[in-house]
Amino acid sequence: MDALILARMQFAANITFHILFPTISIGLGWLLLFFRWRWLKSKDDQPALAQGWLDAYRFFTKVFALSFALGVVSGITMSFQFGTNWPGYMERVGNVAGPLLGFEVLTAFFLEAGFLGIMLFGHGKVSERVHLLATFFVAFGTSLSSFWILALNSWMQTPTGHEIRDGIFHVVSWSEVIFNPSFPYRFTHMMLASALTCAFLLIGLASWQILKGVGQRSAPRVLRVGLTLAAVLIPVQIFVGDLHGLNTLQHQPAKIAAMEGIWETERNAPLLLFAIPDAEQRKNHYEVAIPNLASLILTHKADGEIKGLNSFGVDHPPPLPIFFAFRIMVGVGMLMLASSWLGLWLYRRANWQPQRMPRALLWLFAAMTFSGWVATVAGWYVTEIGRQPFIVYGLVRTADVVSQVPSSMIGLTLAMYVTLYVALIVAYVAVLKYMAEKPEETLEQEAEERAATPLGIATPGMVPEGGR
Amino acid sequence: MNWMSFDEALPVIFMALMGVSMLIYVISDGYDLGVGMLMHRATPAEKDVMIASIGPFWDANETWLVLGVGILLIAFPKAHGLVLGQLYLPVALMLIGLTLRGVAFDFRVKARDTHKTTWDRLFFAGSTLASVSQGWMLGRFVSGFGDGWNYPVFAAAIAVALPMAYVLMGAAWLIMKTEGDLQQRAVEWAKIAWLPMLIGLVLISMATPWVSETVRNRWFALPEIIALSAIPLMTGVSLIAVRALLNARAVRGHLSWLPFVLLLLVFVLGFLGLAYSIYPFVVLDQLTIWQAASSPAALKVILIGVCISVPAIAGYTIFSYRVFRGKTTELRYA
Repeated sequence: MDALILARMQFAANITFHILFPTISIGLGWLLLFFRWRWLKSKDDQPALAQGWLDAYRFFTKVFALSFALGVVSGITMSFQFGTNWPGYMERVGNVAGPLLGFEVLTAFFLEAGFLGIMLFGHGKVSERVHLLATFFVAFGTSLSSFWILALNSWMQTPTGHEIRDGIFHVVSWSEVIFNPSFPYRFTHMMLASALTCAFLLIGLASWQILKGVGQRSAPRVLRVGLTLAAVLIPVQIFVGDLHGLNTLQHQPAKIAAMEGIWETERNAPLLLFAIPDAEQRKNHYEVAIPNLASLILTHKADGEIKGLNSFGVDHPPPLPIFFAFRIMVGVGMLMLASSWLGLWLYRRANWQPQRMPRALLWLFAAMTFSGWVATVAGWYVTEIGRQPFIVYGLVRTADVVSQVPSSMIGLTLAMYVTLYVALIVAYVAVLKYMAEKPEETLEQEAEERAATPLGIATPGMVPEGGR
Repeated sequence: MNWMSFDEALPVIFMALMGVSMLIYVISDGYDLGVGMLMHRATPAEKDVMIASIGPFWDANETWLVLGVGILLIAFPKAHGLVLGQLYLPVALMLIGLTLRGVAFDFRVKARDTHKTTWDRLFFAGSTLASVSQGWMLGRFVSGFGDGWNYPVFAAAIAVALPMAYVLMGAAWLIMKTEGDLQQRAVEWAKIAWLPMLIGLVLISMATPWVSETVRNRWFALPEIIALSAIPLMTGVSLIAVRALLNARAVRGHLSWLPFVLLLLVFVLGFLGLAYSIYPFVVLDQLTIWQAASSPAALKVILIGVCISVPAIAGYTIFSYRVFRGKTTELRYA
């Protein structure tokens, strides 16, 4: 295989692995702040209620610590791969990308990493207020981080606010670079994706605990928080996703054509539920279509015109992966909508008693623990593959900035990274399952035992977080 | 005297910032990588204390690497491509090492007890792999990525010496942060690592003038050599003081912080010597900082961010170290 494909695969492998963990830590940071705040508010008046919030906080702090660590290490790898895989990228657009990445590290990365220690291990060493503030800074830092990163990514999709002199990009207006046309949509879409991923993580782990008969104090409450969050946010996400699609139609019509599998520019374009787009023969196989619907969704008119892939010459992205990734994302989104609404309705009717919930539904929720990952990664594949063959849309080609490292070397390191990442994802899921199955009493007991021995602090993440 | 214009000075400022970030990284991650490499010599209970002593800090320590490489990437994009292209494989190995170590750290306490040993081994392996790769990279970098049989041999020597320096830092950290048996063993570990570190330092000091005439002329000219001799002299005195302290009773009492602080001084001096040798090159004798720098406009924007955020970073880093000050065994939750 040639070096370009290998370099892209390696970068894709790393960025796919990386995005899993920020997607969890962005939303979970705020949820932890919420759990902590509920505990603080109720601990004096309603000790039984407070205990549930504290247990939830303890358990999900460990999930957070683990996710955060995986996000940090894969993020470090990314900062190197910009240079190892795409040396030409920074040489040409460094004046735009550099400050944005720099601000991300300076304002966000340090904020998170600096306060994480206090958030995880600082309890009892600082006041409740400072501890809550540290938790806030960690949550705020993760969100701020995505602000800068998504500003840069969106600029690569819809570049504005720059001028090109001798092939080098120079910034004319920072506000135009940061608030480029696709940024507001992509940022909102990603923030909601993170919140939904966390909502289903909460729903899934709580359901698993209920099925296994553990976590009696916290799981019912966590399930309710997760279901409420999901049921409220998924319609918003579908609405925002639609706006994002319309924005893409305006600025990157080739990506839309690939998502919809449209070859020839046409009016009354049908919505394809299934097809196999064939880039060789430039047509679709096995189409299952609803007439006029694509035109209706995208132009809000049944006879609206949509540009086909053929009108872009050779400069269009490969339709096959985009077509399927898009359908996977939308499909998971629809499943999230149906399951969270049904779940919330039934749970309310059951008067928030989890044992009165249908077990089949709890099993479905447990199976959907990581459904947010699937939808998020599929969505990113649509947007990133959809930008090809450009790295900066319409201006810089990916092939022109790739490194000259021999392909054998890239292949070797790719194999090493992929092996490591697969092993780590398996370990992550296995450890989450193992932690979820531990009874709360055991966790509490462990916490107390550790507090009583001189090795009290010796176990990160298992440090007792609450007072007795 | 001719002063540089502000635009000309910008790359110098960023070179300094990058250097300082890397120095802070090497010192701070140096001690926690060192602790990781000492893990296999400790009992299970000691392992918990060792991990606890670095627990609140390692995330933030590694962030300095991201900042250092980030500045290389954003302020000197041409050098970033050249340097990382040359170091492709060791960089990949270092990243895998850092990944293994970072995750093993969190997994070991959350996984099943039967799996804890495996994660401990991975923690040790990851720390070692990352340190050895960094040593190799340092060796290649200070010798200007030269070709010839002697260059890889030199890089291999540094690939052994730098981990030893980290081990010494790690041991000094443990002397400062622990008590009892573990502290006693940390003193013994420090004694073992002391000589290899000294040899490594001498090797690096000799290698740069040997491969580069620029460096040779800069160090061995009168009257500079007299002023400059302060650097190796102070380094030597500090290292000898560390060795002497390791035999003293006070190192396990009220002077337990001194070896760590002296080693810190050694790293700072070594860094100053290296900076004096290499400046104004990013890649020795190949690429100067002005040739490699981004446009002044972009650098100014980043500089504003640096001026606002670096004091804040310094502030909360100090706050965090204050919160977790004292012996680790006293750090228990109350």
